Amino acid sequence: MLRLDCLQAVYPELEKCLVVTIMGATAAELHSLGHRPNFFYLQHAMGLASSTGLGLALSLPDQKIVVFDGDGSLLMNLGSLSTMARYRPKNLVHIVFDNESLLSVGGFPTATSTGTDLEGIARAAGIPTVLTVRSVEDFRTAVKHALNGTQLTTIIAKVEARGPAGYVTDLSLVENRFQFRRYIQSLKRP
Amino acid sequence: MPVSLSSSKVIFNALKQCHVRMLSALPETWLVHLIRMAEEDPEVTLVRLAKEEEGVGISAGAHFAGVKSAMLMQNHGFLASINGIVSFAHLYKIPLLMLISYRGTFGERDPWQTQGGNVTEALLRGMGIPYSFLDEIETVEKRVRQAQTLAESSLQPVALLLTRDLMWEE
Repeated sequence: MLRLDCLQAVYPELEKCLVVTIMGATAAELHSLGHRPNFFYLQHAMGLASSTGLGLALSLPDQKIVVFDGDGSLLMNLGSLSTMARYRPKNLVHIVFDNESLLSVGGFPTATSTGTDLEGIARAAGIPTVLTVRSVEDFRTAVKHALNGTQLTTIIAKVEARGPAGYVTDLSLVENRFQFRRYIQSLKRP
Repeated sequence: MPVSLSSSKVIFNALKQCHVRMLSALPETWLVHLIRMAEEDPEVTLVRLAKEEEGVGISAGAHFAGVKSAMLMQNHGFLASINGIVSFAHLYKIPLLMLISYRGTFGERDPWQTQGGNVTEALLRGMGIPYSFLDEIETVEKRVRQAQTLAESSLQPVALLLTRDLMWEE
């Protein structure tokens, strides 16, 4: 399963959500499918995409928030699972693309390649709904279900360690950030 | 416990007057009253963290959502947050109001706090983070307001160091 195919499969579902991605391949691939003002790409600060999603979810309880995380990023901030589980916002969908690799920085294997089980960690941290998917169809179903559901969900998507040729997009980081905030503020106006 | 309840109240009220509605925190002795006040106030969302760096992401999310927030942490928590501050808050121009208990300075009895005290201000200066002190109860409200104003207008992290003189009664 390729991450790009997963992103493509749920791209239409993202239109009404606020989306936060990690850096590197995930950001570049979502951007390549067509940037939208409700997409924020956290192009550094590994580990903090889930925290950002939590801050959004707690601040905007009526808005669906989707975080595209990765195994390398989540392993840098495993405590975030316990913090998310503590507040368990029902409007947050936490998706972890697990390619068992730090692909964007040279492809070094992460601990999920030697047996670390992110589904087990997330469940034990107290995330109410956790599942692992291995096919694009299962991924699409899981994401749709989570978006329509009423429980904080972490979806581990096992994907191949393959990504785009480059990671730099034509969207400046600061432009992205202001556009994202302006988009959210526009939702509040009647 | 000789942590000043009256000073904590003044700080908390100053944050509320600045319309701070989300606080991220990790417990530390000097912050116990502030954290309890945040927990008991229905207008404030308290986010208890596993590690302080998460608070940078929480505050960024709140900022995008239009909610004013602040981070409550010890100076060692600030040390643990540095990458998040640089590679998120500085990189993306995110306002952060950081209230940092300034442990390990004159009067510190806990040996384990003393190294953090030595490096806190040097790091703040090195990172280009504007900072000031909460050291007298009379000026707390004004300083908090000024720090919050600067964070929002400059879109950057701003630090207030909570000092022993204000926080500890003995």
